[in-house]
Amino acid sequence: MARILMKGNEAIAEAAIRAGAEGYFCYPITPQSEVAEYLAKRMPEVGGVFLQGESEVAVGNMLFGAASTGKRVFTTSSSPGISLMQEAISYIAGAHLPVVFVNIMRAGPGLGGILPAQSDYFQSVKGGGHGDYRLLVLAPSTVQEAVDLMMLAFDLADKYLNPVMVIGDGLIGQMMEAVEFPDSDPKQNRVNLEERKWAATGAKGRDPVIIKSLFLDPLELEENSLLMDKKYEQMKKEEVRYELYKVSAKNELLVVSYGTVARICQTVIDELESEGVSVGLFRPITLFPFPEKEIYREAKKKNIKTVLTVEMSTGQMVEDVERAIIGAKPVKFFGRTGGIVPNPEEIQGKVLELIGSMKKRSTSSRKRK
Amino acid sequence: MATTAIEKKAPKQKSDVVLHYLRPGKKLPHVWCSGCGIGVVMGTYIRALDKIGWDRDSVSMVSGIGCSSRMPVYMDFHSLHTTHGRALPFATGIKFNRPDMNVVVITGDGDALAIGGNHFIHACRRNINITAILINNNIYGMTGGQGSPTTPGNAFSTTTPYGNSEKHFDPCSLAAAAGATYVARGSVHAVPQLEKLIKAGLEHVGFSLIEVITNCHTYYGRLNHQGDAVSMLRRFKENSVSVAKSKNMTPEELEDKIVLGVIHEVEKTEFCNEYQKVVDSLKRK
Ligand SMILES: Cc1ncc(C[n+]2csc(CCOP(=O)(O)OP(=O)(O)O)c2C)c(N)n1
Repeated sequence: MARILMKGNEAIAEAAIRAGAEGYFCYPITPQSEVAEYLAKRMPEVGGVFLQGESEVAVGNMLFGAASTGKRVFTTSSSPGISLMQEAISYIAGAHLPVVFVNIMRAGPGLGGILPAQSDYFQSVKGGGHGDYRLLVLAPSTVQEAVDLMMLAFDLADKYLNPVMVIGDGLIGQMMEAVEFPDSDPKQNRVNLEERKWAATGAKGRDPVIIKSLFLDPLELEENSLLMDKKYEQMKKEEVRYELYKVSAKNELLVVSYGTVARICQTVIDELESEGVSVGLFRPITLFPFPEKEIYREAKKKNIKTVLTVEMSTGQMVEDVERAIIGAKPVKFFGRTGGIVPNPEEIQGKVLELIGSMKKRSTSSRKRK
Repeated sequence: MATTAIEKKAPKQKSDVVLHYLRPGKKLPHVWCSGCGIGVVMGTYIRALDKIGWDRDSVSMVSGIGCSSRMPVYMDFHSLHTTHGRALPFATGIKFNRPDMNVVVITGDGDALAIGGNHFIHACRRNINITAILINNNIYGMTGGQGSPTTPGNAFSTTTPYGNSEKHFDPCSLAAAAGATYVARGSVHAVPQLEKLIKAGLEHVGFSLIEVITNCHTYYGRLNHQGDAVSMLRRFKENSVSVAKSKNMTPEELEDKIVLGVIHEVEKTEFCNEYQKVVDSLKRK
């Protein structure tokens, strides 16, 4: 298919259609309402269901019900709305149902603002709801990648029978970029309900299924939690995704950032390269499972003196970076929040400040010797 | 509350009354489109309140999120701008702890009836002495014209591009059925009546709901070919009937009509008073 210019939110909506999604439930909230507006038109065209619920609480639970029918279903929202879905997310995870959630993050806490942020990292990765569960979390940095990850999200949700969360900062939803969709017929990617033995598709020729997250017997509940844990361990083995940019043995510093911030960091790295300063970028694409070993591998390279994490938050992913590096190198942080997108100059300033102080430190330590 | 000496001066002229209650400089200009009915409701509310003569410090205004819910931010009372749909629980918290305060909630049709629907019926049921002004523009204004629980069947919105398949709520019937003790409907085209309805609602002891039919020409008007603000107001005027007149009309005749006036008014015990009775009875023992 030809490349077309599309707004991120609309591209996400179309990607879900192409992935064979048959149900979309939503509640309007800026900056992602265009997904709903696009699908209000598009879903009935492909014979799927579109429903604007009475709240995000309703939407979360409609998804629980809809996923139980075995079809591919999803929602999109933004931070305050995703907070209201946490109860349902916990239940959906506990009941082993595949649902795709998209969070086009805006700045919080509370009502916050409507401008881009990455301050829902903890909520997405560490579990915003109660109980021992994890979400598989994907973070696109371009509109094209948002399309690709949406398609992948449905496959992964099905593979693990677990909710998948795609988190994009507000920029991903609002910017327009050229995108390409696979040439597939939306109906071709729809699931075959016959094969979905876990779904509530009737009990002809098989035992009835009960879709639930309630286990009053503690041994049964532990068994369920261990079963879930096994899935998360498998994700850690099979699903880690990341991208490296200008990573080489010459790098003096490694930047770790995700989403659109990583693109700003690329600009910074290009600029520094032209000034003779070698910096590499590690961009996690899966935030859970987190590319721990891979970050460690890059960070422990001889030339690298410091790792800098850049986020649109006051520092959330940086905790996972610290955990990955386990003290091998100092981990520093730079962030802007409140809806402010960091500009290349300030990130560059931070990098140079760190490299400068590293140089100072190494010369002074040499003197001491 | 920080109020300057200038603000506190009594208004000289009738037309100054509204300005007297606004927060000059700090929060204005407002976010509303030109011609929006929400400003009319604000002016009318202020005049009603001024007639009662409540001290500004005795009034707490609470709202959720939406164009209509921005209103308390512009007025110089104890203002709480809270979460989408949950102004009534916040207001309940205030009123129950400070029954001496006059607590007023400003809400939209989406705010009160969609995400806040559960809270709405329970505030009515409790008959707590709060006045709620529900600004009904039949659509979600702030987020860009999506359908709301009062978007009529077949009407267009950005999320009902083929016409709405759902049915709509009648907020007044809902409130009356849920236990509210003063329920009225006014419209932004009939300001003197609206002022009376709001004033009576503020003075009523128990839960009062005043639904105000309002134009959102930017979204509802445009998407449903109802023209600009003036033509929407004209439409309201042409389609309105009084409560008295409506009593002699058939359901078919009433379809598409806007019934204006006091819809429901009864006396029932009020929640905070009842609770106080329990506390007092225990003191005596
Ligand atoms: C939990 C949550 N979900 C969604 C929103 C986005 N939102 C803000 S205002 C609004 C709708 C307001 O509609 P209405 O109450 O009818 O008021 P109007 O703007 O029309 O006056 C929505 C959905 C939000 N702020 N919080």
